[in-house]
Amino acid sequence: MKTAEAPFGFVVASYLTRINNQQASSLSELRAGLDQASDASIFYHTFQSLGRYHFLAESFSNDFAQWVLAALNRPILAEWLGGLDIRDYVSLAELRGDLRRLTTDYCDAHPQEAGVSAFEPFYFCESVEVAVPLEWEARTLEEFRNCLLRLSHSSFYYHFIASRLRLQLRTNDFSQWLSGSLGADDLARRVNRIDIYTNTLDSARDEMVHLIGQEAGRQ
Amino acid sequence: MIASPSGLDRYVPLLGNDVEELRALARPLAGAEVLMVNSTAVGGGVAELLRRLVPLMQELDLRVNWDVFAGGKDFFAVTKAFHNALHGGPFHAGPEAFEIFRSYSERNLQHLRRDREFVVIHDPQPVALIEGRPAHTGHWVWRCHIDLSHPNQAVWEFLEPWVARYDATIFSSPSFARQLASPQYLFYPSIDPLADKNRTLEPAFVHSVMARYGIDPERTLLVQISRFDRLKDPVGVVRAYRIVKRYFDCQLVLAGGTADDDPEGSAVLEETREAAAGDPEIHILELPPASDLEVNALQSAATIVIQKSLREGFGLTVAEALWKKKPVVASATGGIPTQVVHRYTGMLAHSVEGTAYQIRYLLAHPELASRLGAQGHEHVREQFLITSNVKRYLSLFLHLRGK
Repeated sequence: MKTAEAPFGFVVASYLTRINNQQASSLSELRAGLDQASDASIFYHTFQSLGRYHFLAESFSNDFAQWVLAALNRPILAEWLGGLDIRDYVSLAELRGDLRRLTTDYCDAHPQEAGVSAFEPFYFCESVEVAVPLEWEARTLEEFRNCLLRLSHSSFYYHFIASRLRLQLRTNDFSQWLSGSLGADDLARRVNRIDIYTNTLDSARDEMVHLIGQEAGRQ
Repeated sequence: MIASPSGLDRYVPLLGNDVEELRALARPLAGAEVLMVNSTAVGGGVAELLRRLVPLMQELDLRVNWDVFAGGKDFFAVTKAFHNALHGGPFHAGPEAFEIFRSYSERNLQHLRRDREFVVIHDPQPVALIEGRPAHTGHWVWRCHIDLSHPNQAVWEFLEPWVARYDATIFSSPSFARQLASPQYLFYPSIDPLADKNRTLEPAFVHSVMARYGIDPERTLLVQISRFDRLKDPVGVVRAYRIVKRYFDCQLVLAGGTADDDPEGSAVLEETREAAAGDPEIHILELPPASDLEVNALQSAATIVIQKSLREGFGLTVAEALWKKKPVVASATGGIPTQVVHRYTGMLAHSVEGTAYQIRYLLAHPELASRLGAQGHEHVREQFLITSNVKRYLSLFLHLRGK
């Protein structure tokens, strides 16, 4: 079995939620809020919502879509916003731009709905990431698989989902190491293709472990 | 002899490797001196929380002290009036109330341990202890457990200058927070999965509780646990049950106590009994204060748990039910929507009719009810357990230290 020179360094990750002094009670206020919100806030309500609701596989994608549906009962806009796939973005500026464009398009098409009051306000929050190295390292596929099985949801989320923004590439920590340090390019690609919207974090991890098992069997 | 597991190890069967990661997160904080201050050693949610939180943090090698602010009857009369006013009620006390508050704060300052790296002050009673902070040392955090969204202005303007001096504040919901210059963090209230109210019970014990109260364990059971208070709308629950009963055979349990400081409790209990008159399948149970195991048994036996509050703080009875994998139908008020994400971890409703409809829908779709319960359990596991609370404190301390 191949041994990597540079080990994969796992971290324990935790996410604090910071409450912003900003809220929206209608679509027009949401649109304004999207302009003013910090990048950490856009991250919290999109990337981070996938981590917070990691156990849901069906149709939950981001906080904006959920609020538009649950508090404003606007299913079309909810579908538009929920259809955004964070894997398509390497910057929060792009993602914010698309969230704002979809909200504006909807308000322009339905101007009478832009000012309708929501059942409850949308509270803008921010994510504060805290990461501490774990004392585990993996140099082989077997070690990597064993560590993967021990990782908590938030740490798995950190390496598999949040890392996409940190790397500024359309990939994740795991695929980056599998390809760059183990030369397992095909496995890295297949891991990166695991659908984080139709999977829970647990089922995504199961799929990853299955793929690693197949690869180990070939080596 | 087999050694019994330590405090944190007892959570491993429930939380697995999350406990190992908690230890890793705490490692850089080993030896850090932490002071927690609140205003009562026993009774009340904050004391109950600290009694569980402090030993867990100590086990993680943080040097945590818990001090209780010393107040007399006059002080607590003032802070009770503050408490009601901060929840939006009127404030009729005169300027002497503010003087009493200041005077007790000054007395307590003489005994304050000032040299701690992290000081967490809980709720308004000890908020003025920030006066004792040595210049440019330590990290001071104010943890507010109450809803400050619509405070009485006179009381808030009195307290706000102290609040503004903290490095950070913590609220239980974004809707409870104020516009403040310092960062505000969101820490949810939490339940302890090992407490009597939440631990897994033997089926025989659950059956014995059902038998004691004359409840048929084989038939559909709707349960609301809450004190008899108009804001919990027990009469509305009876009305919703009567609608459901047209379509499904079921029983209803309304169980709770009446708070000593709530003169309306007995009247609400009487109104509820009148509303339920003539239906032997409505069980109205007035539980004594130490009934955690009975509450647990009733929640465990429920087919659906209801929380039809008209207004709510955070509503941790919802988290208790979700932890037991129960489908929940609850009002969209206070902290409930944070716990019940509509159609994902339970069902939200806004009226008697809506509550009845969601109950009927879940009774007609048991597979959905079961999925909501399972997803609700996961939601509680991640967000509303005492171990998540520990993790948030560790993360906040690391973040403050790194700033």
